[in-house]
Amino acid sequence: MSRHLISAGDLSRDEAVLILDTSAELASAAGRPIRKLPTLRGLTVVNLFFEDSTRTRTSFEAAAKRLSADVINFSARGSSVAKGESLKDTALTLEAMGADAVVVRHGASGAAHRLAEWVTGSVINAGDGTHEHPTQALLDAFTIRQRLTVPGGASAAEPGQVLDQRGAGLDGVRVTIVGDVLHSRVARSNVLLLSTLGAEVTVVAPPTLMPYAVDTWPCKVSYDFDAELPKSDVVMMLRVQQERMSAAYFPSVREYRRRYGLDAGRMALLPGHAIVMHPGPMNRGVEIAAEVADSPRSTIVAQVSNGVIVRMAVLYLLLGGAAATA
Amino acid sequence: MNGERTMSEISGEISSETMGGEWLIRGARIAGGPVTDIHIAGGLIARTGTDLSAPGARVIDAAGLIALPGLVDLHTHLREPGREDAETVETGTRAAALGGYTAVHAMANTEPVADTAGVVEQVWRLGQQAGLCDVRPVGAVTVGQQGKQLAELGAMADSAARVRVFSDDGNCVADPLLMRRALEYVKAFDGLIAQHAQEPRLTEGAQLNEGEVASKLGLAGWPAAAEEAIIARDCLLAAHVGSRLHVCHVSTAGSVEILRWAKSKGWQVTAEVTPHHLLLTDDLATGYDPVFKVNPPLRTQADVAALRAALADGTIDCVATDHAPHPVEAKETEWAAAANGMTGLETALRVVQLAMVDSGLLDWAGVADRMSVRPAAIGRVPDHGQPLQAGGGAPANLVLYDPAAGPEAVDPATHASKSRNSPFAGMALPGKVHATFLRGTATVLDGKVTR
Repeated sequence: MSRHLISAGDLSRDEAVLILDTSAELASAAGRPIRKLPTLRGLTVVNLFFEDSTRTRTSFEAAAKRLSADVINFSARGSSVAKGESLKDTALTLEAMGADAVVVRHGASGAAHRLAEWVTGSVINAGDGTHEHPTQALLDAFTIRQRLTVPGGASAAEPGQVLDQRGAGLDGVRVTIVGDVLHSRVARSNVLLLSTLGAEVTVVAPPTLMPYAVDTWPCKVSYDFDAELPKSDVVMMLRVQQERMSAAYFPSVREYRRRYGLDAGRMALLPGHAIVMHPGPMNRGVEIAAEVADSPRSTIVAQVSNGVIVRMAVLYLLLGGAAATA
Repeated sequence: MNGERTMSEISGEISSETMGGEWLIRGARIAGGPVTDIHIAGGLIARTGTDLSAPGARVIDAAGLIALPGLVDLHTHLREPGREDAETVETGTRAAALGGYTAVHAMANTEPVADTAGVVEQVWRLGQQAGLCDVRPVGAVTVGQQGKQLAELGAMADSAARVRVFSDDGNCVADPLLMRRALEYVKAFDGLIAQHAQEPRLTEGAQLNEGEVASKLGLAGWPAAAEEAIIARDCLLAAHVGSRLHVCHVSTAGSVEILRWAKSKGWQVTAEVTPHHLLLTDDLATGYDPVFKVNPPLRTQADVAALRAALADGTIDCVATDHAPHPVEAKETEWAAAANGMTGLETALRVVQLAMVDSGLLDWAGVADRMSVRPAAIGRVPDHGQPLQAGGGAPANLVLYDPAAGPEAVDPATHASKSRNSPFAGMALPGKVHATFLRGTATVLDGKVTR
């Protein structure tokens, strides 16, 4: 493992599988009475959030605390950052406080990358602009594996069935990612990670919300959501921001929903075992209908709980060595 | 050799020793041609020939050196007035002299903007005081470079600065009617509109060339079409009103095609390319280091190849540095927050050697043409850009360059520019500027500024 987790594309298949396997072990530990592990005792994890994201921040906070790390939440609002302090000076400040890991969320693509040049601790990218959000992709991969796969190919697990999935990737799983791919860090990280793990990824969006040169990405490209649905084991819906409409990416929310929204009718086109994912926060009634979000196919709540587990695994693997020598 | 001293003896002496006087440059190859002596006296090139003697003249052994007419830059940001933390006319012209330049055009995007006779005269006077390089102020096309109302172009043209090049560089004169009027208006004093070709709506928030790299990095794209659309429009306007258009920092293969077409029509369209667009590509942004952030952005290898070919065949008339110094804090940031621009004066000739000469695309006569003769003609710069072969009587503006030196890694810490944002840092470039003469005065000797 590298010292940092900045791009899902930096992970080899073996490293990604190791994170998923470690997550699975932690998940089974989470069911035991002692929910707090002493692994990172004495280490400091800083949550450095330049954008508000309560759900991601609290997920990382819970993960670090369950590993007994000390957690400092550093929010840009109301801090010196709001008074014009540069990212570099913020980094040096955290460095001086002895941060062993910095979890960073920032509105600029590449911010985590830059930060990693200025601190000696580990940097975990919790979302940088329209670039990447690798732990989201890891928790999505973990959720998919948990729900769908056995070694050797895709198949549906019976409810309640416990499969030994250690070592498994996502070979042959057909994942369709739908929505604002252009601006989505979740889409970028998922395309990279899921393809590394052997999944067959297809991105679906109106052409205006497809990145330039998307044909060079390790995925297929489609503008026709309905055609992809029967071929999907997983449908991952992306949040669409309504302000995109004013920039002429699409004519209206109504038209977007009609062509690219997942409603009950479209859900019926999915194979019986297929699952529906959403990274949150959802726009119910826009990209996803309420009856879909609340259906048994929906993994949206499981994604949230898996988020804590996967982030524990990432912290453990990045900092575990430091803890052992501390 | 009585009375003659070697260059190493001369260098480092006090300025009075280097000001004016007589020089005998022995054995230089003028624009890469046959070995020739050059006798400088009274600020002029007195004679050229073989086995010249000039008793009392200081001698430079120029064996192995190329002599070029002093380089002329159509596009330099000297930052003064207003941003003296990034550069001053003094430091910028030191950098220019070290790069072999004897004249630079100082872009108008200062604070305040150079949109009045007062500001352009101030910049011109600062250049005179520095004395290292002729400073030709560029006037803004519109008041405050806001693209709303024409600046007093005639007043700037008539001022002591004798402005002939007008540009809102940094901003595009996007309004087609305003651009048409500007092109028409400057005909009265043989002026030129130098356009920063960037369709603003197509580049809102743009960070990097729209392509595979920007998509992967999640940086908002700057599409080639946003440059090409403005160039095509402006060529048509220039043809329609019969005026002179100059296109700044051409960066795409498509732009080259449009320029080739416009020139084939006989329209008065000229264009420049920067050293960085001749050498660097957008994949350098992969590490998010904003030292590679520039506007227009670094493009692809195919664009680089097209730009080199266009400079070689003359479709692109000249090299212009777009030297854009920035203080450290403007670049030590996340990509989107960083300033656009790169320094270039001190590396331009070396980059051109690597990209154009060593690659076999251009000979030294071609370099003299693209870096001195043509830019001087485009900017209507008197006394500069006169081929040294012309012999007696021309002002002695020239540079002695050693193409066999190096290659040596660029170290911005050694640069005379106040700023350190060179994209070539750590890159091994060939060549070395040995000496620069401005009207017979050595501004640089043995690679060092003489004062």
